[in-house]
Amino acid sequence: MSSTPALSISNLSKVYDNGFAALKGIDLQVEQGDFFALLGPNGAGKSTTIGIICSLVQKSGGSVKVFDYDIDHDFPLAKKQLGVVPQEFNFNHFEKVRDILVTQAGYYGLPRQLAEQRADKYMQLLDIDDKAGQQARTLSGGMKRRLMIARALVHEPRLLILDEPTAGVDIELRRSMWEFLQRVNGEGTTIILTTHYLEEAESLCRNIAIIDEGKIIQNSSMRSLLRQASLESFVIDVQESLPAKLGLDRFSAQRLDDHSLEVTIEKGAMNELFIALNECGIHVLSLRNKTNRLEELFVGLLEENDRRQEQNNAVNGDAA
Amino acid sequence: MSWVELWVAFQTILTKEIRRFMRIWPQTLVPPVITVTLYFIIFGNLIGSRIGPMDGFNYMEFVVPGLIMMGVITNSYSNVVSSFFGAKFQHSIEELLVSPVPSWVVLAGFVLGGVARGLAVGLIVTLMSLFFTQLQVTNMGLTIAVVFLTSVLFSIFGLINAVFANNFDDISIIPTFVLTPLIYLGGVFYSVSLLPEFWATVSKFNPILYMVNAFRYGVLGVSDISVSFALSMIVLFIVAAFSFALYLLNTGKRIRT
Repeated sequence: MSSTPALSISNLSKVYDNGFAALKGIDLQVEQGDFFALLGPNGAGKSTTIGIICSLVQKSGGSVKVFDYDIDHDFPLAKKQLGVVPQEFNFNHFEKVRDILVTQAGYYGLPRQLAEQRADKYMQLLDIDDKAGQQARTLSGGMKRRLMIARALVHEPRLLILDEPTAGVDIELRRSMWEFLQRVNGEGTTIILTTHYLEEAESLCRNIAIIDEGKIIQNSSMRSLLRQASLESFVIDVQESLPAKLGLDRFSAQRLDDHSLEVTIEKGAMNELFIALNECGIHVLSLRNKTNRLEELFVGLLEENDRRQEQNNAVNGDAA
Repeated sequence: MSWVELWVAFQTILTKEIRRFMRIWPQTLVPPVITVTLYFIIFGNLIGSRIGPMDGFNYMEFVVPGLIMMGVITNSYSNVVSSFFGAKFQHSIEELLVSPVPSWVVLAGFVLGGVARGLAVGLIVTLMSLFFTQLQVTNMGLTIAVVFLTSVLFSIFGLINAVFANNFDDISIIPTFVLTPLIYLGGVFYSVSLLPEFWATVSKFNPILYMVNAFRYGVLGVSDISVSFALSMIVLFIVAAFSFALYLLNTGKRIRT
């Protein structure tokens, strides 16, 4: 792996005109080729961070480098490396789909013929080529999302930033988008993803940063973060009706109905659970993981951050 | 970006701008032609025939250059103000802001888009005027230079208006309350030599007076004011307006948060 990070953010801050500090000096590094999740609750500073990286928001302090190009001093080179899929639809709704893509390629200096080839390529890859001649406003929500992704890729950036790309998209389309993004990442494009679907981040991303109240509160690999999850809940469907007394006292078990129960176990206790179920004469039909581990960790980290914040406020209040 | 890439980016913006006003031609090209044709019929033909010669020309001949300029000014301005504000309103301006295109290329692209519409309307109005009068251009070079520079200037003004506008009311206030009175009082329909001395002096603070008169000089060979002074004023205004518009785009005022 090359030593130059795809994205390097140092002490980045943003204070809006109304005095609201959206970012309080964050540091972040994303390596080349990574599939990186930037998570956080609403208003945490994710979109502000992305806005600053792609020059839609003016920073108050700090520095941002894209493949070592400073967004202030080498802005054309920095921007050439970047493709952005924002949260809101921000194309001209009266333009035709193909024109939007060709125009965007032109902004990056791609000659007309190449721009048209790229537009056709990405319309085909994202399965919107049959809408090429239609005005963007006539597309469905899912197709508009795909158009935004095609537009971000048309100049073939090395870093693709997606701000909630699957918001409001049905599950089938979401999964096809995941496959597409994994393919793009596999071909060498670094991807940064923000999403509220934690399942999406868990299955796609290798590294993760969690931002809350303008600060990074967690920055690690997805694997090491998920290792922190100590408890997992499973829903178990059984063949025969469950006995009146479950006999699973060692576990936190709860009957859901006559043929299913929910069990919470410590990580690594799966074998013990199956032995216990067998001893109780319960024959398992199917089992599924109920909890999203990342979701639990995410909520836990935010709560911990809130507690820490309250303690700090209390200490500062006492001092005052 | 290399010069070739900058040229491609500029062409892309210009093509998009031209495609926009051509796509909605019933809103952009037809209304000014109808309006100016009505002026030709009512002021030029019906009322004008009862008005004596003005600066040595019959009223229709006198009024045609002013009406052409009126079409050029209003359309250059309204093209850029609506296109740029529309892009701001729909957030499609972000397509440009995230791209590596420098501000001066963005400005040049939008302004030349406004010039394209201004000149298209000017050409159509000129062709319409041939149904009403004979047009003999005295100085073709000067005529083209004045109409082009005027169109550039009002396109830049349109962009500045769009940058400051927060809603659709804001893009109609300036054309209605500033531009239209200045055009009507800028010597389109009369020679300032007809005005009392005080109002003639006041008129000289109206920049449109210089543009209309310089253009009229190019077409008819007569002007109420010095043509070289008028040209200098137009160029000076362009430099000032271009610098200010560039400053707005570079600093991202009212565009970036």
